[in-house]
Amino acid sequence: MTTKAKLRITPLFVISSMLVALWLFLASFPFLWTLWGSFKVQADFFSMADWRNALGGVHTKAQTGSAFTGAGYYGAWVQEEFWKPVTNSSIVIFFTVIISLTLGTLGGYALARSGRRYAFWILMAALVFRAMPHITLVSGYLLPFFEWNIWGLMPTTIIVLVAINQPFTLWMLHSFFLNIPKDMDESAMVDGCTRFQAFWHVIIPVMWPGVITTGLFSFLLAYNDFAVTSMLLSQENETMIPAIAGFLGTVQVEGNVMFAVAAVVSATVPLLFLVMFFQRQIVSGLTTGAVKG
Amino acid sequence: MPNRTFFWFILPAMTAMILLIALPIVSVLIQSVHIQHEQVLVLSESCDPFGCTKVTSIDTEATAKLRAEKPLGRFIGLDTYTDRAHLAIDEVSKAWTSSDSMGAFFNRVLNLPLYKALAFTITYTVFVTPLVILFGLAVAVGVNNLPKIVKGPTVFISLLPMIITPLVGSIILFWMVDGDGIIGAMLQRIFEDNSLSLKASPKLTWIMLIVYGVWHHLPFSFIVFYAGLQTVSEDTMEAAMIDGASRWQRMINVVVPHLMPLVIFLLLIQLMDNFRVFEPIIGFSAEAHATSLSWIIYNALRESGSPLFSSAGATSMITIIGVVILLVPLLVHTYRGYSQKAN
Repeated sequence: MTTKAKLRITPLFVISSMLVALWLFLASFPFLWTLWGSFKVQADFFSMADWRNALGGVHTKAQTGSAFTGAGYYGAWVQEEFWKPVTNSSIVIFFTVIISLTLGTLGGYALARSGRRYAFWILMAALVFRAMPHITLVSGYLLPFFEWNIWGLMPTTIIVLVAINQPFTLWMLHSFFLNIPKDMDESAMVDGCTRFQAFWHVIIPVMWPGVITTGLFSFLLAYNDFAVTSMLLSQENETMIPAIAGFLGTVQVEGNVMFAVAAVVSATVPLLFLVMFFQRQIVSGLTTGAVKG
Repeated sequence: MPNRTFFWFILPAMTAMILLIALPIVSVLIQSVHIQHEQVLVLSESCDPFGCTKVTSIDTEATAKLRAEKPLGRFIGLDTYTDRAHLAIDEVSKAWTSSDSMGAFFNRVLNLPLYKALAFTITYTVFVTPLVILFGLAVAVGVNNLPKIVKGPTVFISLLPMIITPLVGSIILFWMVDGDGIIGAMLQRIFEDNSLSLKASPKLTWIMLIVYGVWHHLPFSFIVFYAGLQTVSEDTMEAAMIDGASRWQRMINVVVPHLMPLVIFLLLIQLMDNFRVFEPIIGFSAEAHATSLSWIIYNALRESGSPLFSSAGATSMITIIGVVILLVPLLVHTYRGYSQKAN
């Protein structure tokens, strides 16, 4: 097909382009608006009188003397000590991703190379496990965790997130390892390697693209989690997302909504960078299950 | 791979899944058929000059001790499932016999907490799923027709609503539709009604949550369809064009059938994911008008002081049964794919 035919302007093309433009507006506007508004004062961001106040910052100028203010960020990070939950989040996410990938790589490799029926049934079981709403699992954890006195600790939450993450990680790495030719590790084994040596010396060097993609999704799961972290962590170990939910109640009362806005923006920015740098991997990860079957 | 090697490779992942996914489900089941011990009552006789009276009082110490010793409580069978807060068998049958019309019956049943939540969960699932698939396909086709140079940034922006933390995403939109927020204030101006609030009416709350659901899930279906469009055979398209098929006809007769397996895949995944709707209800503070099964569990566990394990357990089991029902088609689908590959 020539490019000429593709680029011909037809009414259908115009309509579909307009639809895309509308979607792009809907997808990006809430982010831009909130990012911009986080540097204003509350009277501008939540301006009933005129939404243009938020653009120019009439009240911001009146209250602080300049069109932009970092007061919300100062309030969130320093006054409300948002850096604490951020630190906790970083610890939880780091260990969740590392442990998930270690377990997932070993398991996914075995599932891809086994070829037996039980390997398939393990994958089916993983699919069932993945479908379980996290909050139902949490209701199963609480009582035993209270009894064993391990509730509220970070290691507990990390292990729970790793387990919840496993079904997805196994599926993804399994389908990734299927694409690495069997001959590679088999020929290494013919040369006298054990299965583990073959895995260590032959597979690990070539598996990084798949591991990075899977790691991104593990990261997102741990980063975005609310159900598990809000129920299983004590006050001092609280992570970012439950902290934001907590903010909503407290700052609303004190009239410091802008603290919450700043915290929300702070929690979103890392994700923007993540998509910017790993767009290709995220897209390929999303489509692994669907397109390849 | 020999069984023994397989076992050692899979052991860590399996241990984690069995201990923290399979066993908790069992634990939920056990919790749901137990209930916290009742308070220990002591009967004491107090006598004064006018005679003796029997007084029952609560023995707090003994109660606390009993509860600490047996935190699970006592066995009550399926009573939690059938009580008013859950399946409400009595209330439903009473409503059935005493209501004169179906409408009245549904009105009464939908006021019961579990059915109220179920109604929202199902409405949400039923609306969000097809809308996500439809709009996702439309956007994917649109993006596919764009010049190559703008495709990258388009995909980047399109991913944002999905990648965002669900709770944070719903909070961001909640601020915008708030009475003082940009969308809320604009709607008030358009309808010239200063008391108009999306939060105040159940209907508008539901619509708001459904719109959020579509916004949040659309990128996934967009990406899946977009990837699928790259695999449409150029030859077939060209042949159809030579045969005189218009752009629209090619779309309906070539592209859509090619994408059909993806539609089924998305349908199954989306049904399951939407059934779990939870974070938006927290983010939008919508619990007054819209609750979901997951939210009921969360709320039972948050009960200040003593979490209602029994209630959370019963609702969890009901949710799990719902999820499993929705899961069956996906499992059959996966099984078929596997058998085809194996043959």
